Amino acid sequence: MKYENQQSKELRAGMGVGLVEAGQKNANVVALSADVKGSVKMDGFAKEFPDRFIQCGIAEANMVGIAAGLSLCGKVPFVGGFAEFVTGRVYDQIRQVVAYSNKNVKICGSHAGISLGEDGATHQTMEDIGLMKALPNMTVLVPCDYNQARMATLAAAEHQGPVYLRLGRSKMPNFTAEGEPFQIGKAQLLVEGKDVTLFACGHLVWEALQAAEMLEKEGISAEVINIHTIKPLDTDAIIASARKTRAVVTCEEHLFNNGLGDSVAQTLALHCPTPMEYVAVNDRFGESGTPDEMLTNYGLRAANIIERVHAVLKRK
Amino acid sequence: MKTTKELQTIATQVRRDILRMTTAAKSGHPGGSLGCADWMTAMQFNIMQHNPDTFTMEGKDSDMLFVSQGHITPVIYSVMARRGYFPVSELATFRKFGTRLQGHPSTEHHLPGIRMASGSLGQGMSVGIGAALGKKMTGDNTLVYTLHGDGELQEGQIWEAVMFAGAKGVDNLISTIDWNRQQIDGTTMQVMDLGDLRQKFEAFGWTVVSINNGNDMQQVLDGMAQAKSLTGKGHPVCVILKTEMGYGVDFMQGINKYHGSVLSADDLPKALAQLPETELGDF
Repeated sequence: MKYENQQSKELRAGMGVGLVEAGQKNANVVALSADVKGSVKMDGFAKEFPDRFIQCGIAEANMVGIAAGLSLCGKVPFVGGFAEFVTGRVYDQIRQVVAYSNKNVKICGSHAGISLGEDGATHQTMEDIGLMKALPNMTVLVPCDYNQARMATLAAAEHQGPVYLRLGRSKMPNFTAEGEPFQIGKAQLLVEGKDVTLFACGHLVWEALQAAEMLEKEGISAEVINIHTIKPLDTDAIIASARKTRAVVTCEEHLFNNGLGDSVAQTLALHCPTPMEYVAVNDRFGESGTPDEMLTNYGLRAANIIERVHAVLKRK
Repeated sequence: MKTTKELQTIATQVRRDILRMTTAAKSGHPGGSLGCADWMTAMQFNIMQHNPDTFTMEGKDSDMLFVSQGHITPVIYSVMARRGYFPVSELATFRKFGTRLQGHPSTEHHLPGIRMASGSLGQGMSVGIGAALGKKMTGDNTLVYTLHGDGELQEGQIWEAVMFAGAKGVDNLISTIDWNRQQIDGTTMQVMDLGDLRQKFEAFGWTVVSINNGNDMQQVLDGMAQAKSLTGKGHPVCVILKTEMGYGVDFMQGINKYHGSVLSADDLPKALAQLPETELGDF
């Protein structure tokens, strides 16, 4: 199957649309933001449900606590902010009153990853997946495009328990089918292959698809699997594909440490040791630049994936 | 409703529980617990509208209390048990492996009466605000109470919450500050002077009630009744509750060491001798 970019769109906007729909379906859905409701695309929700939107000002720690309190009263709070400031900045708050207390709070981290671009490293979190997946009780979702971000938001609203939803800022290819069901914890097979498996998440899923097309021309058959749920991880799907192809490359807009790659590596080490390579950012902060420049200069392109595929195939 | 005298008796029994629990566990926080015993007893027995037999997480039509300084579990658990949330005998399991009575409050162990984990300081007022907003959204006219250590006010998140509640007029919230002026490294004046708390809260748009002796049961009852009467008027209510850390045992009173130090098995009888066993009986 070939995937076409229908029209590049922001994943955060997919969340915004999904949140309005979730609000229409469930009167208990409420949203909170810390002076960034436009940036995180909660303005649509705030307009449609003004009584269910809580403006918290620039105070993320307080916002997380308020969300936890709201959840006690049966509300389904969506907390929106820049990914760094609703994860790293408030890690301990999330740990105590969301994860440990197991509250039905949804943390929506927009502007995640290096493709945020010009704002620079203070705002470009590449540690957030690791921080959130470290927490017991937490579900970690990393949708791959606008359509999937919308469906992931709806799935998060229906899921009982803490969820971290990771979203990028920039317009990125939108290629999954509109309205395609999103099943938390179920890996999505996009392309079948037999020589190597590309496990990807977020913006890097599109790059993996491009890489697979180019590899096909070289006679290399790459399987592409979208791991949109980092936790709980679909280990069955990972093991089955790795057993089939005997070579793995993981692709993510995150640091090597503690991201998708480490989750896959752990699974492989425990169940079926397989040669594996990472496409990720190696232990460094980002910088200012356009989103395109960032992805290219930090080695997160299809060409980098192909390079890693060649490397892993030599280790087979 | 209990009479003031009955509440005083319960508070004395609670103080015995606090000392016996912490010495048995060889750990815990007796000082702040002793200081808050009168307030906590007054709250759970007379001030708050709640029913231990029908406890739910949602707390619909029930007042809620969030104790932000989670380390005072000895007083929290003792008063909850005495109020009927769980068997008094369970106090013997405090801090022991497998207990529901964790060192700091936890929801993971499903102890009735606990709605939120606390212990990492500064977070309870935010949670209380969320619950207060949730009650308003669901047409529930009951109140939300929070309790804070005074040292805890050094946490920045507290002031985010104070600003929010004042600015947004969260007027179904009563936050009490246990003003015992002691913290781990010394007095609050030595560690980080809190300044004029009344002025600070008022500047943020709160209505402030002072209880000059938070270890006098009648003053606590009167002050909290006054605080309740001030809800629903567009402003959150702050109660500054002046207490003595370690109150009830002369050699513990006002000594910050007892924030997190417990009495030895040898010293325990000396302390208990100052708090005669009541008709309620020890656990």
